[in-house]
Amino acid sequence: MQKTKLVLTLLFTCAAVCTLISGCSKNELTNVEYGNQNQILFVANADEPQALDPHITTGEPDFHVISSLFEGLTRLNGETLAPEPATAASWVISDDKLTYTFTLRDNAAWSDGEPVTAEDFVWSWRRALTPALGNLYAYMMYYVKNAEAYNTGEITDFDLVGIHALDAKTLEVTLASPTPFFLQLLDHHSYYPLPRATIEKHGDFDSRVSSWTLPENIVSNGAFKLSSWEINKLIAVDKNPHYWNAEHIKLEGVRFLPINDKQAEERAFRSGQVHLTYSPQMAIEKIATYKKEAPELLRVTQTYSNYYYLINHTRKPFDDVRVRKALAYSIDRTSLVENILKGGEVPAYTFVPADKQGHKPVAHFSENVALAKQLLAEAGFPNGEGFPSFEILYNTDDNHRKVALAIQQMWRQNLGIEANLLNQEWKVYLDSQTSLNFDVARRGWVADYLDPSNFYELLLSYGGNSNTGWVNTAYDKVVEDARLESDHLKRMALFEQANKIIADEMPVIPIYFMTDLNLVRSNVKNWYDNVMHRHHFNDVYLETEAN
Amino acid sequence: MLKYFFIRLLSAIPVLFLVILITFILVRLAPGGPFDQERAAPPAVLANLNKQYHLDDPVVVQFKDYLVNLLRGDFGPSFKYPTRTVTEIILTGLPPTLELGLYALLFAMFVGISTGVMAGLKPNSAQDYIPMTIAMIGICLPSFVLGPLLILGFGIGLEWFPVSGWGDSPGDKVLPAITLGAAYAAYIARLTRGGMLDVMSQDYIRTARAKGLSPARIVGLHALRGALAPVVAFAGPAAAGLLSGSFVVETIYQIPGLGRFYLQAAFNRDYTMILGTTIFFATLIILFNFISDVIQAWINPKLRQSLSK
Repeated sequence: MQKTKLVLTLLFTCAAVCTLISGCSKNELTNVEYGNQNQILFVANADEPQALDPHITTGEPDFHVISSLFEGLTRLNGETLAPEPATAASWVISDDKLTYTFTLRDNAAWSDGEPVTAEDFVWSWRRALTPALGNLYAYMMYYVKNAEAYNTGEITDFDLVGIHALDAKTLEVTLASPTPFFLQLLDHHSYYPLPRATIEKHGDFDSRVSSWTLPENIVSNGAFKLSSWEINKLIAVDKNPHYWNAEHIKLEGVRFLPINDKQAEERAFRSGQVHLTYSPQMAIEKIATYKKEAPELLRVTQTYSNYYYLINHTRKPFDDVRVRKALAYSIDRTSLVENILKGGEVPAYTFVPADKQGHKPVAHFSENVALAKQLLAEAGFPNGEGFPSFEILYNTDDNHRKVALAIQQMWRQNLGIEANLLNQEWKVYLDSQTSLNFDVARRGWVADYLDPSNFYELLLSYGGNSNTGWVNTAYDKVVEDARLESDHLKRMALFEQANKIIADEMPVIPIYFMTDLNLVRSNVKNWYDNVMHRHHFNDVYLETEAN
Repeated sequence: MLKYFFIRLLSAIPVLFLVILITFILVRLAPGGPFDQERAAPPAVLANLNKQYHLDDPVVVQFKDYLVNLLRGDFGPSFKYPTRTVTEIILTGLPPTLELGLYALLFAMFVGISTGVMAGLKPNSAQDYIPMTIAMIGICLPSFVLGPLLILGFGIGLEWFPVSGWGDSPGDKVLPAITLGAAYAAYIARLTRGGMLDVMSQDYIRTARAKGLSPARIVGLHALRGALAPVVAFAGPAAAGLLSGSFVVETIYQIPGLGRFYLQAAFNRDYTMILGTTIFFATLIILFNFISDVIQAWINPKLRQSLSK
């Protein structure tokens, strides 16, 4: 009897606590409901930023926050990615396309009300290039005359670098060679102006350890200013009243939630904690469900990127072009993207994706198992006989594993050769690639700016990013010529030559072009999908019944 | 007995030193460095970075510098989060991890002990089999399975609790605490049951029964104290395990705790962060084991006597 009483009491207590808690939580607004009422956008932002100092950080989530806080001379249009006037009101480009003269807006101001000057840009760019700071993105500025020499310590006089303030509002930039995409680069965080007085107040000019980016210290020139930064919990930015275009900024603020787990991110979206997911990928298992049940929430965008397999040319038999071609020709890419990846990826028969700027690389090969078998036989491995077993290296990730499994199966079935799968943790995998300690390894590349040189320069024999051991002087020459060529059509023709060399030599195996998969609520307006996954919050607003 | 505890405390120093030394060597032996990334950085830039963090010094000098700074209470700057120091990150992440660990421990103790007692009172009956089967499942079910299941049921389905977050609403600590504590609750239940079975057959319990004491008094006053000895011995390592092993739960529920940093530090080759968090957790584990020993001596007269000899 006593026991029954005890059990009953326990049950009632549990029920009471649950009702109380559920009562509490149901009366609360979700983040999305609160955000809709107050024009505050909640974003699932992949991870805790490493830093908000634009010259120090390299992480994608960090840039999302930084691009809301700072503004460069230009800003990429969300729909077209065309560079538009931002902190610079206008610019003049010299006939030789080497000198850019920018005129800053009269009303461009820092969040403390001080004007943004041309000298601010000079100082910031000098900091970005200062060797001791160790800015890993300094190479983005190497297009400026002498920037590379200054960054690598070859010269120490910054006056020799092609950037000068002609007066408070006029900035002159001289380039090392004509760079058709230079205006795009100016929207990269390496080129943003930083607040000199604030940085110098909180630490040394070239110190990585500083508290200047904390909410209580930071001064910025973008549409928003930093209000709070709780590690691993939330970053809040609110509208900057001193921003030159503040009256046209509709959002009152943005809240970045560092959610680094794909499943948790999707749950946060589903339960109304965020308006959108900003990380480029989503939980692969959920794609089919959203496609079927809520296609209006799923955004699939092909990005300016590629996914390919590196081949180690220093190991036999991969130094034989016939073997490399046989491997490339025997992959059924359509089946791979449709049955394994299912995220709208596009099969790749060229190394570089086509773009709207005019580069349409010709596909010089296709899937051809018969030809692949013939090439392998010519290389001395008829039906795969005698082909040494080798490894496909990838970094630990379910998608990479699935791709490797499928390709392993295709090679076994089509060529009769045996590949083993080898997964390594990220840093070990990077180490294996740089030390050429692999046979075949997966690689994905997302472009920093919209230009084919992004990809073609990867395979330069001396560039440090080829990671294949492939050396082809003709290829190097074509890509270098394209770098110096100012005529658009001639430049595109040079890129096509490079594309042909890649198809003939097959130094790497193109597999597919990647996509971004994001969940975005329908009331988020002016959030455009684009191939660079670049978004500014300036035009974004939340549509509600009230507006 | 005091002398015994004093020696135990002193022995922690060489243990900690070994932990630091081994961790220091292991992180440097691991392939890849803190500044490796997919896009190769110019060698001049890398050299500058190594110089700024003194990674170009001989390893012995680096170790000596690290120890000297450590004695001053300085864990150094984080490599991955360059604008923050390791101490700052530990101090920020510690409160949620401690709080989560505490709730999980309380949950594990309450549920574990009460079901263990129930099962132990009527062995080999439904009252024993049902909770012990559930306990077995609890031990086997890892938190990365249990967490999403609880979220699906109570978060998204019934909407009783938030699916993630920490400190934003009254209910957001319930599911994480249950997820983290479940396996421990199950283990404690089995320990308690075993203890109860052992104690309930002792003479002094029979005497208590013969005196006509109520079952509640027998269990509460006499049996529990003896039955809980194995639970107390387990509580120290459990508390340490709950604190240092919370990264899975912290990731599932997006809790801004230390566990997430601990794991990420290893992946990022964030040398100072790996060392800082390892030293910190090692200290906690040593401390909790020590406290657990003290409590055991306090509730177990036999042990107390043997230590005093």
